[in-house]
Amino acid sequence: MSTLTEAPPPLAPAEPAAEAPRKRGRFTPYWLLLPGILWLIVFFALPLVYQASTSVQTGSLEEGYKVTWHFATYWDALSEYWPQFLRSLCYAAGATVLCLLLGYPLAYLIAFRAGRWRNLIMILVIAPFFTSFLIRTLAWKTILADNGPIVHALNSLHVLDLTNWLGWTAGDRVLATPLAVVCGLTYNFLPFMILPLYTSLERIDGRLHEAAGDLYAKPWTTFRKVTFPLSMPGVVSGTLLTFIPAAGDYVNSELLGSTDTRMIGNVIQTQFLRILDYPTAAALSFILMAAILAMVTIYIRRSGTEDLV
Amino acid sequence: MESYEPDRLTAVELAAVRRSFRSGRAALTRRSLLRASAGGALAIGGLGTLSACGIPAAAKNQGGVSADDHSADEKVVNFSNWPEYIDVDDKGKSHPTLDAFAKRSGIRVKYTEDINDNDEFFGKIQPELAAGQDTGRDLIVLTDWLAARMIRLGYVQKLDAAHLPHAFANLSDQFRDPDWDPGRAYSYPWQGISTVVAFNKKALGGIEVKSVSDLLDNPRLKGRVGMLTEMRDTIGMVLLDMGKDPAKFTDDDYDAAIARVQKAVDKGQIRRFTGNDYTSDLAKGDIAACVAWGGDIVQLQADNPDVGYVIPDSGYMTSTDNLMVPNKARHKTNAERLIDYYYEPEPAAALAAYVNYVSPVAGVVPYLSRIDKSAASNPLIVPDKAMQAKSHAFRALTQKEETAYQQKFSKLTGA
Repeated sequence: MSTLTEAPPPLAPAEPAAEAPRKRGRFTPYWLLLPGILWLIVFFALPLVYQASTSVQTGSLEEGYKVTWHFATYWDALSEYWPQFLRSLCYAAGATVLCLLLGYPLAYLIAFRAGRWRNLIMILVIAPFFTSFLIRTLAWKTILADNGPIVHALNSLHVLDLTNWLGWTAGDRVLATPLAVVCGLTYNFLPFMILPLYTSLERIDGRLHEAAGDLYAKPWTTFRKVTFPLSMPGVVSGTLLTFIPAAGDYVNSELLGSTDTRMIGNVIQTQFLRILDYPTAAALSFILMAAILAMVTIYIRRSGTEDLV
Repeated sequence: MESYEPDRLTAVELAAVRRSFRSGRAALTRRSLLRASAGGALAIGGLGTLSACGIPAAAKNQGGVSADDHSADEKVVNFSNWPEYIDVDDKGKSHPTLDAFAKRSGIRVKYTEDINDNDEFFGKIQPELAAGQDTGRDLIVLTDWLAARMIRLGYVQKLDAAHLPHAFANLSDQFRDPDWDPGRAYSYPWQGISTVVAFNKKALGGIEVKSVSDLLDNPRLKGRVGMLTEMRDTIGMVLLDMGKDPAKFTDDDYDAAIARVQKAVDKGQIRRFTGNDYTSDLAKGDIAACVAWGGDIVQLQADNPDVGYVIPDSGYMTSTDNLMVPNKARHKTNAERLIDYYYEPEPAAALAAYVNYVSPVAGVVPYLSRIDKSAASNPLIVPDKAMQAKSHAFRALTQKEETAYQQKFSKLTGA
């Protein structure tokens, strides 16, 4: 893995020898790139190639797996597990929208209204990260317990009747339903939405708001015409940081869901660890990656913020 | 992977990098770099190199592969086990039975709790074993079906009976002759696991639960029933309930059992398929009744009087977690000594009193009642004759069956 240690020499002959004193400076960028590129190759490019190879292999654990260019695995995997794919994307989209709805007002508050409480609120946003992801998710099992106050309140307010009708919950409970999984996803990825939103909101020059007011814009118009467009980079990176990991998540579905809330991450985990069908697991991972890449590309193009992300 | 050589940047990439460095900052944008490296990755990754990869076949070394045994000159044994599966002293630091073993034999036990899940652990050690390397472990503890797979794949070593006099003499009849390791040539049980039907009396509110049928059919339990993700335990209990013998069932029987559970899943009867994490749901009452593991129930009952269990008339499943010596282990003899030590009634009793699973050691009762009278009379720890008669084991599966069955079971659980 001597990527860039070998890369610089071909460059040397192109430059006249007279410039020798400047040479050291010219190579600096390569040296600075070295750790990052090595890291990418070892932990991203190599595994990716290995995975690509696995996805077109056939065989079994006992006979070994050989590359047979069996691309049908992709089709089989997709036709077998498309419901879980669709579900993952829907849950991730739902969680992203909820995160945006919850996160935007909070980020706005921290950036413009919090004053001396700003640091404290920021710490509160980040605080959940001090405990493990698993424990945070398990806490939701207590929060949403069947006999807990929240479910009782939702029941007596007949909210659950509505969510039952929408198919988000089943019976008198929230746990082990799609709603619980989306709640868990929203909660776990909320800080990833708030932080980029906050950074982009905080950078907005306060005088722009004053100028909008001077030009007789109402507060809502100011928000619509000035604040929101200027916070778009934050919205885009926040939604990406939420949507991408949420689509591949399997912990929330495993702990808060049931048989009919399994996401594609659960399928990949089961295929890889339990059924030991490595090719299908690899193919599913690739399909997921491709789907997300395609959606993200379209999203960034359409939101027109590629220079800002 | 030898043929993959990423250390040569492609012409496209080099040109992009060079251009960007020469003409200043602006040229080195993320996008141009990304585009260049995406093109480069395709060229480098060149489809040809893909075919060089592959996963080697499992070596067919019946009897396992031994390494030079360093037991005599290195007085250690590396023991990997599951968390909370051994006695701990009051300070929570040392393991009295292991200390006693070290004192007597002079062999130090390096005890690691690094097995959390059979599948996951198999994924971890499989590449090393397939490549014929030492895993760094002399003794591991695996559940029946994985133990069977390890033997089938030739990943574990045959044990030397000469080092196991107590184990041979004291192993309970119940565990003597599993079909996947007749006569216990490769493995000895660490603890036995009973799969029973458990319930939370308060959550049941008077509903009677006596069998797996009650779990699957009673409409008043809708959405409050738990089943285990361990295929053999769940399907084994269902097979028994349908009057089939899990030790000799056919493909059709298996499909019928799956269909029976599928019906319950479709009705919304079953809340979740879980691993050990059903315990908190059961204690809280979110799960009113479920298929459960005996050892968990003993521990739950200690804190929560509402938790109870029943052995269905149709019988219950028993499995074991088994001690095995993986290929290329450096201290095989020491490992065998340790296995034999735990088949002496005294350490076995100390262990059983602490972990609350089924002790595989016959004659443990008098020693156990000296430590804990209630444990000695608890059929979940020491099954009596009547209970032993209802005990069933899941038959060994061929690799083909295992894949097909696991596939069908995963469908059932949603993935």
